Amino acid sequence: MSHSIHPATEFTPSGQLQLGVFFQGVNSGTVWKAADSGSQTEFESFRRIAQTAERGLFAAFFLGEGLRLREHLGRPHALDVAGRPDAQTALAALAAVTTNVGLVATQNTTYNDPADLAHRLSTLDLLSGGRAAWNIVTTDNAWTGANFRRGGYLDHADRYTHAEAFVETAKRIWDAWDESGAVRRVRHTGKHYSVDVTPRLPRSAQYRPVLFQAGDSPEGRDFAARQADVIFSAHPQLDDALDFRRDIVARTLKAGRGANDVKIMPASEFILAATPQEALEKKAWVRSLQIGPQQAIAYLEQFWGRELQGYDPDGPLPDIDPAVEETSETRGSGFHGAKARQLADQWRAEAKEKGLSIRQFVSARTSRGDSTFTGSYTEVADRLAEYARTGAVDGFNISPWLIPTGLDEIVNHLVPELQERGIYPTEYAGTTLRENLGLAVPVRPAADVTGAESASAAARV
Amino acid sequence: MSTLPLPAASRGRGLLLLELDGAGSHPAASRASRTAPPAAPSADRLRGAVLAAESAGFHAATFADPGLPDYSAPVSAEPAAAPRLNALQRAAFAGPVTRSLALIPEVDTVYTEPFHIATQLASLDYVSGGRAGWLVAASASAADAAAVGREPVHGQRLSREAADSIEVGRRLWDSWEDDAVIRDVATGRYLDVDKLHYADFEGENYSVKGPSIIPRPLQGQLPVLVPAGLLDREALAAGAADALLVSAPTPELLAAEIAETRAALAGIGREPALIAELDVVLDSRGQTAVARLDALNSLAAWQSPRARFVGTAAELTELLAGVLTLADGVRLHPAVLETDLEELSRLVLPELRRRQLLAPVSQDTTLREQLGLSRPASRYAAATAADN
Repeated sequence: MSHSIHPATEFTPSGQLQLGVFFQGVNSGTVWKAADSGSQTEFESFRRIAQTAERGLFAAFFLGEGLRLREHLGRPHALDVAGRPDAQTALAALAAVTTNVGLVATQNTTYNDPADLAHRLSTLDLLSGGRAAWNIVTTDNAWTGANFRRGGYLDHADRYTHAEAFVETAKRIWDAWDESGAVRRVRHTGKHYSVDVTPRLPRSAQYRPVLFQAGDSPEGRDFAARQADVIFSAHPQLDDALDFRRDIVARTLKAGRGANDVKIMPASEFILAATPQEALEKKAWVRSLQIGPQQAIAYLEQFWGRELQGYDPDGPLPDIDPAVEETSETRGSGFHGAKARQLADQWRAEAKEKGLSIRQFVSARTSRGDSTFTGSYTEVADRLAEYARTGAVDGFNISPWLIPTGLDEIVNHLVPELQERGIYPTEYAGTTLRENLGLAVPVRPAADVTGAESASAAARV
Repeated sequence: MSTLPLPAASRGRGLLLLELDGAGSHPAASRASRTAPPAAPSADRLRGAVLAAESAGFHAATFADPGLPDYSAPVSAEPAAAPRLNALQRAAFAGPVTRSLALIPEVDTVYTEPFHIATQLASLDYVSGGRAGWLVAASASAADAAAVGREPVHGQRLSREAADSIEVGRRLWDSWEDDAVIRDVATGRYLDVDKLHYADFEGENYSVKGPSIIPRPLQGQLPVLVPAGLLDREALAAGAADALLVSAPTPELLAAEIAETRAALAGIGREPALIAELDVVLDSRGQTAVARLDALNSLAAWQSPRARFVGTAAELTELLAGVLTLADGVRLHPAVLETDLEELSRLVLPELRRRQLLAPVSQDTTLREQLGLSRPASRYAAATAADN
């Protein structure tokens, strides 16, 4: 792929932050036990969150993907929120009731076909006027595969080679319809699948869907540095975020792209109030509802592989050893793969040293971002200004702990504070997600590998 | 609930469906439209079309998914054929835009993962407030097969792929009982896991475990519409189809075809609704339908398996009045959407309504209610009850 502009080798902080909202749908992060917690599945909840995000000039609204219900000790998990709509179907409906916010669909490369997924993402992109994005995830487990024709056919080692061939095929499909309406046929024959397709859709106002990627392993980071526009990272703490930025910039340059070409937006949870004290009290309340006594025990059961109902949630970690060799954190979210006995010993030692009960230990382990984004509106805004100044991140993907009103205080109180500090937009930069994230429009490759078209037909859009 | 007030001496339910595909059903429709076709399919155009269909009083809109055209040349020098947005997503977009119109996308069963189909359709039911249906297709196209690296499927296997996919869908929709989400704060349980069930579908070519990833659709089971002739007798007897779309070569032969289909169904103990298929070209703005069709045909040939009506609004009204007493509904395929829909909405639907031949249209009516179907309990609910 050629670039008309020489890639910038120096990373330059923009001094700005963007916000996205990640409507998780499942797990213990959503406080469903609160009195004002609404439906997780009714369209009204999605509409409410998406329109509030748009009122707060959020760049993006994210949906996760479910391909198999999570299980706990061999049965669907009773304690956590479960059940969510298909991402692109819900986002197509949201495209009709929003005008500026980006619509990001998490979609798996293992259980989709490239031509079909590229077509569906193009559809979302056109229906939304250039606001679609694809959060690329990979899976290799046969357990999820039990719901699909393809089954569990993918070796773990092939996960990223498969995903990369998939993404490159999708990009070729999106590149294959030029501005005059001429279309070229896209063919790919590889180890994992073969595709022979003539695309049915032209480019959108943002050329093609924006690509998000969330992998964190070295392979995942390299994959993102080569293919993605935005990394949905798991590094919200400032020092950690700066290290991650340096690493990604190095990998991006190595991949032949510019230092600023890949944006970083970590997942995070904000717990805000008018005063620091109120925020801390609120955090304790939120944590108690996220990880109640039953959740704390169930969390350990996932790693112990056995029932631990006899243990006191407010007592020490179980003294018995795990029943399994390897851990498998709630099935469906990916295998953990650590040695169970080793992990149990490590955790027991840590809990004992810090004097933590089961509940306290599990609560600490499962909280995201911890206290960084807990505080008064002004406190948190000041902390975020530091992220903007240093360029540690380009923004945050906030997982609201309450549905559907969880963004209200962020939009009503935090956003104005950020705007006052000059680190947050006061209006949408444009109508497409690409414009709002400050991403360059892709350059159409001069010719497809089939060589079917002359270089003169290529143009920057 | 079959509480629709039907006119006396009428067999029909009086449903009118409209195929909303792109510029119209004629392949030259986009070139004949009064407004210039946009370079890219536009959301505004879709919004306009579904709102026009709803305000005209149609009961349902269908969204075609014609699949990939078969290209023989590797490079197309001509501007590409009409762009196609995914049908199910078009229907989803229409969900929050409309209030009474049922939304029925066509979804292929051969090259699409059954698990994806079932969860996408269940999601469509949520975003439309229970107005979703499924028009089952089984692609025989070599291009559709090549796109996903598979061999084309023909004959009996098409029928089996469709039946298997419907069965997977129905099992997954039932896999959460209606009251599986309990949100019991005292015990910390969000779900009653006894009310979640594995679909455990084992077919000839694949298996699907389940449960679904989304709670039971608002309608419990989405109505499944199937072209007559696609499913075999066994699948029909098992209740795979809620409605059959019936085609005949000419308008005159439609009545006979409906009667024959009904007779063929009589022996199997199921009575799916019958929807007659009709292509429509109407006189419009001083041009006769015949002249309009000639002009369209000079641009491209229109091959369709359906009966074709070409004439005045008054003649069409008479034809529909007759067909609606025999079939439960009629699906109209306008040659050019904006032109023919204008005539339908101005002249045809008001007259049919005046003669009390159409079912009433009301907000938040489910598609099941329109078809006179009750909301079924989950097939697994009985098992749970028996266990207790």
